[in-house]
Amino acid sequence: MNARSRRTAVAVLVAAGLAVAGCGAVDDRTAGGSGDGRVTGTVTVFAAASLTESFTRIGKDFEAANPGSRVTLNVAGSSALANQITQGAPADVFASAAPANMTTVVEAGDADGTPSVFARNQLVIAVPRGNPKAVAGLADLTSPGVKVALCAAQVPCGAAARTALDAAGVALTPVTLERDVKGALAKVKLGEVDAALVYRTDTRAASADVTGVEFPESARAVNDYPIVALKGGPNPNGARAFVAYVRSAPGQAVLAEAGFQVP
Amino acid sequence: MTQVRDHDAPRGRPATRRRRGRVPAALLIPAGLGLLFLVLPLAGLLIRAPWTTLPERLTEPGALTALRLSVQTATLATALCLLLGVPLAWLLARVEFPGRRLVRALVTVPLVLPPVVGGVALLLVFGRRGLLGGWLDTTFGVTLPFTTTGVVLAESFVAMPFLVIAVEGALRAADHRYEEAAATLGASRWTTFTHVTLPLVAPGLAAGAVLCWARALGEFGATITFAGNYPGRTQTMPLAVYLALETDLESAIVLSLVLLVVSVGILVALRDRWMTTA
Repeated sequence: MNARSRRTAVAVLVAAGLAVAGCGAVDDRTAGGSGDGRVTGTVTVFAAASLTESFTRIGKDFEAANPGSRVTLNVAGSSALANQITQGAPADVFASAAPANMTTVVEAGDADGTPSVFARNQLVIAVPRGNPKAVAGLADLTSPGVKVALCAAQVPCGAAARTALDAAGVALTPVTLERDVKGALAKVKLGEVDAALVYRTDTRAASADVTGVEFPESARAVNDYPIVALKGGPNPNGARAFVAYVRSAPGQAVLAEAGFQVP
Repeated sequence: MTQVRDHDAPRGRPATRRRRGRVPAALLIPAGLGLLFLVLPLAGLLIRAPWTTLPERLTEPGALTALRLSVQTATLATALCLLLGVPLAWLLARVEFPGRRLVRALVTVPLVLPPVVGGVALLLVFGRRGLLGGWLDTTFGVTLPFTTTGVVLAESFVAMPFLVIAVEGALRAADHRYEEAAATLGASRWTTFTHVTLPLVAPGLAAGAVLCWARALGEFGATITFAGNYPGRTQTMPLAVYLALETDLESAIVLSLVLLVVSVGILVALRDRWMTTA
């Protein structure tokens, strides 16, 4: 081994050592949740993609209200999250964009207590700012030259879109079926499609780039968002406290501001 | 440089040579663990597969459509990579030009780039508002995202480095003297390339094409980002697996199994024949 490769080997070992040390530091969440009701340590929250912005804020508020606590968000499509939880992911809280995925988790015996609905969301048509194709309702989405992105039927925003389109009697062929609501919205932001059916909350969060067009049939496809603390999570105390916080007045205020209907 | 020194080392210690037949445990154990780590997840798919309902899940129209589309697009992507990648590999291997090392590095960037990033980059160039895509759209009315052509482009972007690296390696290893002989006998550069160089590197070319095809077949991130997901048009097998996972783990396992069998089958069938000689 020459001097140069020896130096490389040392560098690799040092980097590996740092990586291992890093993992150790992250693992302090197992120490969270002491018995005296005070919330410390990391609370791992699995939340539907449509909750990204509001739960990021609620997480910060929760941390401020509970010094020593840290909220880690894992956002994805609700069904993917439900799968991860039933496959044993170490999560403390699950917030789903649809009751069906919550049922999966409850039936697998992973819920600690009964899920409760903490928010409702309604679909809107997201169009680029200024609405260049003058979309006023679902029927306009079938005009020639209008490209539409929907969520895949397997994820809640896709199921809701299907219900709304059926209710309106509109036969729509989208150009893509995205894997979650943020994917559909991104295609509008990038200008690759002219419209997408997403949640009202998503267009609010992206109001710099897109406008939400309300349509009456969305009332027939309202999504309930249930939340529950999970059994076997590393921080049961933190889990219960976080769920309570989401349902408290400050939490509900954040959700309402984001465009959710709160129960 | 390093090779020369490595050669020197064993000469000083002849004892190590005599023991060459025995495999040291210090190598065997990590090697075995490494193998296990790579093979166990695949075995997991086999163990958890719903064998009893396998036939009907396989013949579901959605699964077959996605498989057909995957095979078609991967094959087209490989053809495109051969068309563009072989000349590129030749250029890198045979022509001295300033900045060659930089070009070689750039060519291999998609190997290490997260495929989603590749998809975003493709959108910014070939998308409706992209650098080239906008012009394609206004001039010819052609849009690439959400089309099967878009899938082929995404797969080619991610898979081409595999081909270029394999072919460039083969070209460097090939004996220049045949090409020089052809040239002295009056063959043009093009004739030399098609009649001497290409046959000479055929094994490396085939190996590269197979790797390229397999990588294209497995492409997910760039495809869903650039080409979207629509059954029959842009939904390839990896996308179908991802969405099946949203609702039905068993369907996802079955689709994964198909992809695994196709990939392993191709690699096993061609590896011994081509790669060892490359």
